[in-house]
Amino acid sequence: MRLCVMTLALALVAPAAAPVALAQHFSPAPLPRAGPPRAEERVEVPPPPFTDGIFPCTSCHATLKVNRVRRPLADMHGDIVLAHDEQHRWCLDCHDPDNRDWLHLASGEKVPFEQSYLLCGQCHGEKLRDWRAGVHGRRTGEWNGHKGYLLCAHCHNPHQPRFRAVTPKPAPARPSAAK
Amino acid sequence: MDPEKRPPAVSRRQFASVAAAAAAGFILTACGPKRLRELPRERLAALLEDLEKDYTKRFGTAVAVADTPPIQGVTFAYALDLSRCIGCRRCVYACVEENNQSRDPEVQWIRVLGMNKDKGIDFSESDPYYQPAEVPQEGHFYVPVACQQCRNAPCTKVCPTGATWTEPDGIVVIDYDWCVGCRYCMAACPYGARHFNWAEPTIPRDHLNTKTHYLGNRPRSKGVVEKCTFCIQRVRVGRYPACVEVCPVGARKFGNLLDPKSEIRYVIENKRVLVLKEELNTMPKFFYFYGT
Repeated sequence: MRLCVMTLALALVAPAAAPVALAQHFSPAPLPRAGPPRAEERVEVPPPPFTDGIFPCTSCHATLKVNRVRRPLADMHGDIVLAHDEQHRWCLDCHDPDNRDWLHLASGEKVPFEQSYLLCGQCHGEKLRDWRAGVHGRRTGEWNGHKGYLLCAHCHNPHQPRFRAVTPKPAPARPSAAK
Repeated sequence: MDPEKRPPAVSRRQFASVAAAAAAGFILTACGPKRLRELPRERLAALLEDLEKDYTKRFGTAVAVADTPPIQGVTFAYALDLSRCIGCRRCVYACVEENNQSRDPEVQWIRVLGMNKDKGIDFSESDPYYQPAEVPQEGHFYVPVACQQCRNAPCTKVCPTGATWTEPDGIVVIDYDWCVGCRYCMAACPYGARHFNWAEPTIPRDHLNTKTHYLGNRPRSKGVVEKCTFCIQRVRVGRYPACVEVCPVGARKFGNLLDPKSEIRYVIENKRVLVLKEELNTMPKFFYFYGT
């Protein structure tokens, strides 16, 4: 009985809804909504790979004035070499100026270091999609159970994301070398 | 001569003796050692126990030999991202450790082929012996090759003793106790994925992986063929193969081909995928893809 009423209600609503659906079809997709990330978007990851003794950043920055000028860092963080779209990026594009223990998105929304993948995903959207599916990045854990995920920063230095070359393990013995 | 009066080519006596011999042969074979899949449970348990005792004595440390069965509704498949692999060979050595391959003479189930970007995937131009100071080398890419776990496997068809077959979860396995070392399978494999123990394998005692599977990484002896089993001892209990876990660039993907939500299916549905030597109709379950 209830089903019948619902079907009837749907039938009445459907013609009115059709033009809206058509309009949506031809208009661009709605912008992703702002606000805190949804719970299901959160991926369980190990703690972010901070340099020893550097976190929380506010232990120093809470009392420092925010300097937004692009400059060589002399007093601190001089070891950081930015090679990540350095023509257009600077510290405060990712690190939140008001609370250095957080990062922030282009929208201004704050994200914790544990969810830094949301920040990376702003530009590298297809990588974020692949990573969520378990296809980008290193896999540990169980193929049919709990899968181990790593943050982008566990493998890529966020300031110089390109992988460094590594020394290969020894080549196999040639057949001619066999005893 | 009248065709109806021709004496039979085989006399009754000859027929009877051949038939008796055949029957005796059949009975004798059936009473002898059986292939793993034909063994009754209690005999298998005894066999595994004997093996464990034997290995434990040989290596001086407790070795476990499991016979973990395939999981229902699972067909294993593998995918390797050619745009990520840097040719570091970490997988090769992780595999050797996990699967108890002989250190001397050297047996390695994974072979990483260094390829020239100008030539594309061309086996005749590939070099497995590359040894630059650092990888990846400019202008090169790398194709790691191990057993492709073919659905239409040429190797299992040529085995004269039935020592190699495809399990229900798609893993092509070898029963080392049935292998007679004829190496027909090695000749049949178009990927060079099978390896022969030309001499008694040596594994340093403290490097032995003591968690073994009957059809996988249990210690082998001289004169048998071996190859990748997708780490059967790990994947049948839900773990990833050792090479997947060790790959520093995350180029290796593994999962259940029958699960629409698996990484493997995502790769096949969303990426450019290829198999090696597709024209041979071996239908590998090892896929290569471009993640970018």
